[in-house]
Amino acid sequence: MSASKQTILSVEHLKKYFQTASGQLHAVDDVNFTLAKGETLGVVGESGCGKSTLGRTILRLHEPTDGKVIFDGKDVTACSKQEMKKLREDMQIIFQDPFASINPRMTVSQTIAEPLLIQGRYKPGDKEALNRHVRQVMDRVGLAQRLVNAYPHELDGGRRQRIGIGRALALEPKFIVCDEPVSALDVSIQAQILNLMQDIQEEMGLTYLFITHDLSVVKHLSNQIMVMYLGQVVEICDAKQLFRAPVHPYTKALLSAIPIPDPRVKMNKIPLKDELSSPINPKPGCRFAKRCPYATPECTAGDIPLCEVEPGHSVACIKAAQFKDAMA
Amino acid sequence: MKKAQNMPYQSRTLGAEAWYRFKKNKLALGALAIFIFLALMAITTIIIDLVTNNSFYDKYVISQDLLQRLQPPSKEHVLGMDEFGRDILLRIIWGTRYSLFMGAFAVLGASVLGGIIGAVAGYYNMMDTILMRIMDVFLAIPTTLLAVAIVAATGPSLVNVVLAIAISQTPTFARVIRAQVLTIKDQEFIEAARSAGASDARIIFRYIVPNALSPMIVQVTMGMASAILSIAGLSFIGMGIQAPMPEWGAMLSNARSYIRDAWHITVMPGAAIMITILILNIIGDGLRDALDPRMKN
Repeated sequence: MSASKQTILSVEHLKKYFQTASGQLHAVDDVNFTLAKGETLGVVGESGCGKSTLGRTILRLHEPTDGKVIFDGKDVTACSKQEMKKLREDMQIIFQDPFASINPRMTVSQTIAEPLLIQGRYKPGDKEALNRHVRQVMDRVGLAQRLVNAYPHELDGGRRQRIGIGRALALEPKFIVCDEPVSALDVSIQAQILNLMQDIQEEMGLTYLFITHDLSVVKHLSNQIMVMYLGQVVEICDAKQLFRAPVHPYTKALLSAIPIPDPRVKMNKIPLKDELSSPINPKPGCRFAKRCPYATPECTAGDIPLCEVEPGHSVACIKAAQFKDAMA
Repeated sequence: MKKAQNMPYQSRTLGAEAWYRFKKNKLALGALAIFIFLALMAITTIIIDLVTNNSFYDKYVISQDLLQRLQPPSKEHVLGMDEFGRDILLRIIWGTRYSLFMGAFAVLGASVLGGIIGAVAGYYNMMDTILMRIMDVFLAIPTTLLAVAIVAATGPSLVNVVLAIAISQTPTFARVIRAQVLTIKDQEFIEAARSAGASDARIIFRYIVPNALSPMIVQVTMGMASAILSIAGLSFIGMGIQAPMPEWGAMLSNARSYIRDAWHITVMPGAAIMITILILNIIGDGLRDALDPRMKN
């Protein structure tokens, strides 16, 4: 990453463990990255790898177990309740399920106005200015004005997701965590919503942390992609580079599973054996080793740090250099 | 509605939506009409008593005419006369107030108390075990038995009966509300509110309470039916409203020794109790169907 770009978010050794009846669940385990203003970091990985928990911990919707989140020069993890409330104006979230993330008892305009009222942008009496703001937001996210008084149950998934985006945009934040914002929508709507999000990003200079399990979605949207496996980052690199030359065996398997929309092309899927191992009290070493076709005893001997194999491309694999050379 | 350039979408509130669905259920609508009629009747009797300074009540509802005792239903006295020669229809009408209003107050008390306990237990994990185990202790004792015990300890009076029934119904309400709060508080829209910086109080009153309301309304209707039965039951065993007040359960209790000679003095108040409870249950069922969004069609 060039030095001219201004860093807006940096995450240092972030950990989030949950106490469960059968032990400590390592949802996010020592994650580090920085994100430049106006850029998009795509976070990919299969279900249960801690992507959503990472997003929520950054916003402090979950209290982190350890580590730091520096947002715009401030340590989010050390903020008091008051400071946190102020900070939330600048960092927002768009949720996955537009059916669950909107209060069914509020109209479209109430939902979008809610963050503005919570943050005290408008006095409760100043209905006119508030309504004007809400209408502007509705315009920006492509919601017809006639829907101001509609309830979410009267709208389809795409429109509901537009409400969710509108709610996140109402405060004009700098940074938005997008937690699988299109995976609950059908494909034709997905494209619309993704285009909308891209337009808004350009317009407002937003920074996105884009969480998804769908690689083809992040491909066109992200500057950087971070691949997670069981709470740990296994590979982080420039988006184009990742698709051209993935290094980590897990990333390779993941990329090989992207469907090719051409029946004549034979896909070379790399099948993975077994299932995701348990994130509760994980054993030391590479967590992917159990399923990795190249695993050796050394893989599970000790923790494997994320190492740079080339500038801006880090991989957590002891054979990273070997794989890298094999490709060259 | 403002006539804007684009006509704003005319939206039915969820309440209006529920009423629209409730209306389609003719049985429940009929039951609601009867219930409103009963309530108006009860209010009318109270007004009559106030205006006539109880003289109508003293003359027709309480005063005895032993010559006419146990008369079967006739043209002048549609439901017949009771064991002291009083018109049963008038007594039933005058007795409506006890069942309806005491039942309403008892349920109001139970829903407020149970609502607070349930909401606290559901929202704050720490309080959950303590509060709900206490509620379980209350639930282990049959409702009526608990009410009898409370009245026996405090003495039979209108207020004590209402309190006893309110306390005995509180655990049921607490459970309903707690279950609601537990499911609602983990929904994503609560997290969305939190990510905008909303306080606990705002989340509870703007997000959780409105969404927990429908099962609460159903529980109120059903709870009222069982409160009315409890009032009648307490009066029947002499622990509720005392003679000569025309409470339905008390009337039933006094009449039962004459059941072989005059069936009507037992059946009529019994039927009044039964019909009232039945219509409340029908209304409750109708509301449940109308308020459940999954029943939408």
